[in-house]
Amino acid sequence: MSAEHDHHSEAHGHHEQSFVQKYVFSVDHKVIGIQYTISALFFLLFGFCLMMMMRWQLAYPGEALPLIGTWFSEANMPGGVMVPEFYNQLGAMHGTIMVFMGVVPLAVGGFGNYVLPLQIGAPDMAFPKLNMASFWVFLPGGVIMLASFFVEGGAAQSGWTSYAPLANIAPAGQTWWLVGMIFLITSSLLGSINFIVTTVQLRAEGLSYFRLPFFVWAQFVTSFLLLLAFPPLEAAGILQLMDRVAGTSFFLPAGLVITGQPLEVAGGGSPLLWQHLFWFLAHPEVYVLILPAMGIVSEIVANNTRRPLWGYRTLVYSVIFLGFMSFIVWAHHMFMTGMGTAMSTFFQATTMIISIPSVIILTALALSFHGGSIRFNTPMLFALTFIPMFAIGGLTGLPLGLTAADLHLHDTYYVIGHFHYVVAPGTVFALLAGIYYWFPKVTGRKMSEGLGKIHFWLSLIGMNVVFMPMFSIGMAGVSRRLYDQTQYAYGAQVQELTIIGSYGAWLLGVAQIFFIINLIKSIRGGEKVESDNPWQATTLEWATPTPPPHGNFTEVPKVYRDPYEYSVPGAKSDFTPQFSEEG
Amino acid sequence: MDEIPYDVKPHPVTGVYNAKLGIWLFLASEVMLFGALFSSYVLLRVGADTWPHGYDLLNVQLATLNTAVLIGSSVTVVMAWASLKLNDLSKAKVWLWLTVVLAGVFLVVKAFEYGAKFEHHISPATDNFYATYFTITGLHGLHVIGGIIAFLVLLIRGDKMWQDDSEHFTNRVECCGLYWHFVDLVWIFLFPTLYLL
Amino acid sequence: MQQEVYGYWLPLNVSAHGEVIDQLINVLHVFMLALFVGWGVFFIHCLIRYRSGANPTATYDPIKAKLSKYVEIFVVVFEAFLLVGLSMPVWSQFKADLPAESEAVEIHVMAEQFAWNVHYPGADGVFGRKAPQFVTPENLLGLDPDDTNGKDDFNSINNLHVPVNRPILIRLTSKDVIHSFKVPVLRLTQDAIPGQEIPFWFEATKTGGFDIACAQLCGLGHYRMRGQLNIQTQADFEAWLAEQVEEEDDGGFAF
Repeated sequence: MSAEHDHHSEAHGHHEQSFVQKYVFSVDHKVIGIQYTISALFFLLFGFCLMMMMRWQLAYPGEALPLIGTWFSEANMPGGVMVPEFYNQLGAMHGTIMVFMGVVPLAVGGFGNYVLPLQIGAPDMAFPKLNMASFWVFLPGGVIMLASFFVEGGAAQSGWTSYAPLANIAPAGQTWWLVGMIFLITSSLLGSINFIVTTVQLRAEGLSYFRLPFFVWAQFVTSFLLLLAFPPLEAAGILQLMDRVAGTSFFLPAGLVITGQPLEVAGGGSPLLWQHLFWFLAHPEVYVLILPAMGIVSEIVANNTRRPLWGYRTLVYSVIFLGFMSFIVWAHHMFMTGMGTAMSTFFQATTMIISIPSVIILTALALSFHGGSIRFNTPMLFALTFIPMFAIGGLTGLPLGLTAADLHLHDTYYVIGHFHYVVAPGTVFALLAGIYYWFPKVTGRKMSEGLGKIHFWLSLIGMNVVFMPMFSIGMAGVSRRLYDQTQYAYGAQVQELTIIGSYGAWLLGVAQIFFIINLIKSIRGGEKVESDNPWQATTLEWATPTPPPHGNFTEVPKVYRDPYEYSVPGAKSDFTPQFSEEG
Repeated sequence: MDEIPYDVKPHPVTGVYNAKLGIWLFLASEVMLFGALFSSYVLLRVGADTWPHGYDLLNVQLATLNTAVLIGSSVTVVMAWASLKLNDLSKAKVWLWLTVVLAGVFLVVKAFEYGAKFEHHISPATDNFYATYFTITGLHGLHVIGGIIAFLVLLIRGDKMWQDDSEHFTNRVECCGLYWHFVDLVWIFLFPTLYLL
Repeated sequence: MQQEVYGYWLPLNVSAHGEVIDQLINVLHVFMLALFVGWGVFFIHCLIRYRSGANPTATYDPIKAKLSKYVEIFVVVFEAFLLVGLSMPVWSQFKADLPAESEAVEIHVMAEQFAWNVHYPGADGVFGRKAPQFVTPENLLGLDPDDTNGKDDFNSINNLHVPVNRPILIRLTSKDVIHSFKVPVLRLTQDAIPGQEIPFWFEATKTGGFDIACAQLCGLGHYRMRGQLNIQTQADFEAWLAEQVEEEDDGGFAF
């Protein structure tokens, strides 16, 4: 089936499509996946730049930002020195952009869209037009978010969590944030419906649920989380919008005095209602960030250890259990709000329980290496590093899940270190691994291994230099979201760690230059792949021509075996694809 | 291969066509949306010192009428689908028009209710009872408008769709009907919660 | 002095309940480290032993990993122990068993953007009534001018004085947005939620001056919402109180 990949889409009797139909308002899941990937990478870069600016203020509070400091308006950076309001904008928007416009769109919109239909042997998503709509709702949402930097008073500045009442009384940027969020939520709703229907209805013949690649399982569970967890945030967003625009007081109790002025509202609302609605989404959201990453890592680990994943079914059950449990742990973000004993006990218990499947998944992934014949190419390096990095992130979640330890650690840098280990050297590494891994399928060319390895090692060092010190800084008691931690004796004490961390962040920035060069260089001049299956992988996406045409498969695919049949005793080669009849 | 399988015909294993599964999933997410709003309502009401009774402030007669109108429209949309199943497009179109008219009546009645409140300078900002009332019924009203748009599209493009693929068209009416039942159902929860309790 | 109080790990503990918390945090981190190192050794062993150069053909059959099962069971048991044995007792002592008002020193703390109003009842030991409508720049607490109980009350802005070795009962409120009362040396964080009065307590075990921070983003001045906790001997504390009340008398009606 690989012989005829030179004359793809034309050969299928497609009518000629205009440029706009083909690349802008495309209904092809692969084009949409690429659109998502490119925009998400752009947003990730943007959010990352915000963070690099914050790191300057953190390291050298009150000093003018060198080189670029004068590019910004007087209101935000008079004389190149960041004002606290602008720092808060950068912080809130860094979180929002990375989570809602970067990682999720890349993991789900990008990889999910491109790879999932290929891996299940479908010609496209179940609803191609809906898929297109999903992207074209996402992009305006992102643009609204970015545009909010230019409105009066600047962008949202109440943290990515937008806690009421602070967010209620924030400048206009917060309204833009809410509107932007409603766009982004609608987009992921359309996407998740599509993913679920596609997975349920369009699997190739022979591809039973327990033959699905783990990546598909991860996307499938993720889609349910998006489908069911996002609407409560949408509800919360609508209520906050009403508070801000129509003068209601859903989140405002009576008798607030803001900077000496009584706030003229009816009152009767509850600030904690926002937190409940927000975290009901945002905890499942954590798993939305991590599950697709686990899926990508599993694919690459199986491929490069040349043996089946250890405990495939255990992995599947764990991921389903994780998805389910993620709906009943949300209030562990709210232990310090004056919660009673019964409620805190329940949420501590569920939090401890949810750590178990994560431990199982990590163990299974580690055991998969045992007995392998491990190839250390760039995708594999990123993928295998995900495992210990996620382990650090997961383990450091334990103290935060226990109320007693949380009494000290709540809302300190320890929390920042914890979740960044999960999403930055965790999820982001997995996403980078995925880009290196599937790049040859998308473009027909490999990315440069040399640049890839420089990118990897610099990123690994950068990431750990930023985030490892945060555990110490948090342990010392430094609160998060501080414009200047040296105001406090214990903050001044650990300031040097913060400075070291900032250098780590900038090193991480330098590392990404190699990635960007590699991307651009490899698209035009990367080494061409010889076959449609350059990694000698077993899953269905490698059965397509390279790059896959509209409609994906040249013949209707059929599945004969489990997803990771590597090194089967007695087989002709060390991999037996799912689509190969004899094995 | 570039046709999407099971777009029109049901999947032999799951027994549904793609769009039907899709609309059910969409409704699941809508349940979470309105569920969150209802939960917020309960939380606010339980937490409040005083909370008025809906029947003291709102027009129960008009709302009862609206309930009947909306239930009626749920019946007419089923009739439209049934007529299509019996291959009778013109009858189906009559039933669909009737559905749109009933939905319109609902909105007009709702507009009178809103108007009466605004006349007395009552707005969402008045208190949290009115805040929840306007927010939830407003969102529900948007859903009704969405339904009307969907039905109008089906009516205007119906002849052509029916000619191209009658089964596909019937499916579309069924999916819109499912959505419409959900909109109706939300109202059936809203009516007692806001007006009678 | 500062060097001893604050460092790169847990700062000095000056609260009665903090000792168990420190124990929990330290035990937990040893456990986490052990788990990570043990697991990491296995992982690195695999990476080296099974690199394609050393092991050109992979084995299809999975290893029987009895050990991993035991480790997982151990993790479950250990987490249960942490939860039931260490975390829950501290929490219930802290949340459920508020000290009786007769034994405790009661202080009201009212957070606002960006300061801590610390409300002491004055010589009569009774708190005056507070309400938002009375708030003025001179009366930041919003004390009711008609309430005689409030006449001798005073507001010690950003300055919390407490006696050592006595339970301190704090009633925490907020005027505007959510703040969070955090004292690292007390191993204590408590959100201040507008519209709610949240009681909590602690008992300081050492005298000294320490930082109070806001742990919940509350606006542009979040970073400088610093208060001072002064833990004094009973005698010093009483002397300070008397001094404050005297100043109050001199200065007339000032809160």
